[in-house]
Amino acid sequence: MATEPMSGKRTRLIPENFINNEHDYESITDTIARVVLNPRPPLVWFFMTGIGFIGLNVMLMAITWLILRGTGVWGNNQPTGWAWDIINFVWWIGIGHAGTLISAILLLMRQSWRNSINRFAEAMTIFAVMCAGLYPLLHTGRPWCDYWLFPYPNILGMWPQTRSPLEWDVFAVSTYFTVSVLFWYLGLVPDIATLRDRSQSLWAKVLYGAASLGWRGSAKHWFRYEQATNILAGISAPLVLSVHTIVSFDFAVGIVPGWHTTIFPPYFVAGAVFAGFAMVLTFGLPLRALYGLKDFITEKHLDWMAKITLATGLIVFYGYILEMFYGWYSGNVYELSLVNHRLFGPYKWFYYALIFCNGLWPQALWSAKLRRNVPFLFVTSIVIGIGMWLERFVIIPMSLTRDFLTSSWGYYSPTIWDWMLFLGTMGFFTFLMFMFIKVLPFINIFEMRDLLHKNHHTFGHSHETHEEEAH
Amino acid sequence: MAHGHGHGPVENPIYGMIAEFETPDELVEAATKTTGAGYKKADAYSPFPIHGLAEALPDATDDRIPWFAFFGGLTGCMLGFGLQYFISVIDYPMNVGGKPLNTWPQFLPITFECTVLCTGLTTFISQWALNGLPRLHHPVFNAPNFERASQDRFFLCIESADAKYEPNETAAFLQGLGAVNVSEVARQ
Repeated sequence: MATEPMSGKRTRLIPENFINNEHDYESITDTIARVVLNPRPPLVWFFMTGIGFIGLNVMLMAITWLILRGTGVWGNNQPTGWAWDIINFVWWIGIGHAGTLISAILLLMRQSWRNSINRFAEAMTIFAVMCAGLYPLLHTGRPWCDYWLFPYPNILGMWPQTRSPLEWDVFAVSTYFTVSVLFWYLGLVPDIATLRDRSQSLWAKVLYGAASLGWRGSAKHWFRYEQATNILAGISAPLVLSVHTIVSFDFAVGIVPGWHTTIFPPYFVAGAVFAGFAMVLTFGLPLRALYGLKDFITEKHLDWMAKITLATGLIVFYGYILEMFYGWYSGNVYELSLVNHRLFGPYKWFYYALIFCNGLWPQALWSAKLRRNVPFLFVTSIVIGIGMWLERFVIIPMSLTRDFLTSSWGYYSPTIWDWMLFLGTMGFFTFLMFMFIKVLPFINIFEMRDLLHKNHHTFGHSHETHEEEAH
Repeated sequence: MAHGHGHGPVENPIYGMIAEFETPDELVEAATKTTGAGYKKADAYSPFPIHGLAEALPDATDDRIPWFAFFGGLTGCMLGFGLQYFISVIDYPMNVGGKPLNTWPQFLPITFECTVLCTGLTTFISQWALNGLPRLHHPVFNAPNFERASQDRFFLCIESADAKYEPNETAAFLQGLGAVNVSEVARQ
């Protein structure tokens, strides 16, 4: 063993600065609040909101037609009772998970670099869960009866089956949505108070004033506020793990080949974070450039997000390898034939594309240079988004079309209505995200001020405070 | 001007004396000195949470929220489990191949979710309730420059309800703490 202490590298443990250039409280507030309070958003905003609005309408058309004609308009068939509706449910809800991970788990770990990305990641969570929730609600076939999912005393004399993972989903997703909204709104209130105090128009003052609930930044309030934030973060962390675990139980509790494995819960959670961080990059990279926020979402942030993406991607890849291993090690003819089906069946290209998108492509993130290369990261985030969608496709229709009896084998292909609903929810999501960016600050202003304050303590005072000390 | 002690049927038209500071560290120091000087009713206002500020102020800390959250969670836990027990054992028992009715391991996911939901709701609601928010108006908003309390300035207000409050003395005390501006805050 070398007796010399490791030199150089270890200094990395010293807290790092996550705000580039010289900033003071006012410049931070102004840079972020300007995005909202500027009367005229950039042209790209109109373009993206317009695209999102078109998508939203496509979604509404798809839903209307579905309700008019029933779920038969989808490509679902026997034996593929679950298809795009469940794929997209799992895909969307997974995307949402990065928001909770960033806002709750990184908060508990005192990772202050999260301060500049948590707000819009949380918004993503909420909007993604809204998109996700649509699918099972519509898949019931009679969405006007969806309240039957909740246990309430009724004249039918019936209760939902609380032993079923599908019922667990109802509780998990609705709890997840509620707690995410509470957490998000709690975080927003002090920033809405800032907007109230900065806005010029009467309407903005009234609306932000009402939404800020009379927040006045009292130290007594901040004290309770921080307690509440920590508690919500503390319960959100296990919550987010439980949600995707329960989603994976939808499959793992079943006996269909390829589903009935113990690797599913951790593999699903890792996949969710993987897809979610990719989506944070997909939205964060353009927003950062569009609104000139490179001082707050720095290259260091991109680098670290890419590292988390790589790490979770490796867990997911490990999951794929283990699925193959389980197929072989189980010695079960059905499991083995599923492996065969994946590698050589009619959907084999989906499987190879999955391995390419989620297994091979993200390995490029080992390179420090590529982790800071914005165009490359953007492409990677899209590739991962596609890969995670393919993963759910590989799991769901592939297994359902090849189970125990040859007579119940089948083939699945989507219809135009599947496509419209899926692309429509993407539009809905985009529309909500851009509306959110226009009306609420998408970077947490008060946490950035807090970060600046801590920087002063860590790195000494910046020049503007020296001036104050001089007089 | 009304006399300092806000007793009696007529409310003191002055809410308190407010001082404006430029940095968070000055504010914490001022809060410490205010407590040291024997003031009992004071509050500080800042654009972000400052660690140690509530502790420096007189009677500003409050540890009730974690307890509310705990008992909220406990209630949710019992409700969640109780609901499933009631459904599966009492109200709608189904004999499936002689398997037990109280299949408690399968009740855990919903029990957990109900625990989290009730903890979250209790925390959120009790946070606002204990803070006395939402509230339409508060006298401290009458303070000059107070719109910057949500942006880049730091305020300390000694309330007229404090027994030690005396306009001139309190103003001089706050000036002595290095405030950039000291002014009276009207209640209306």
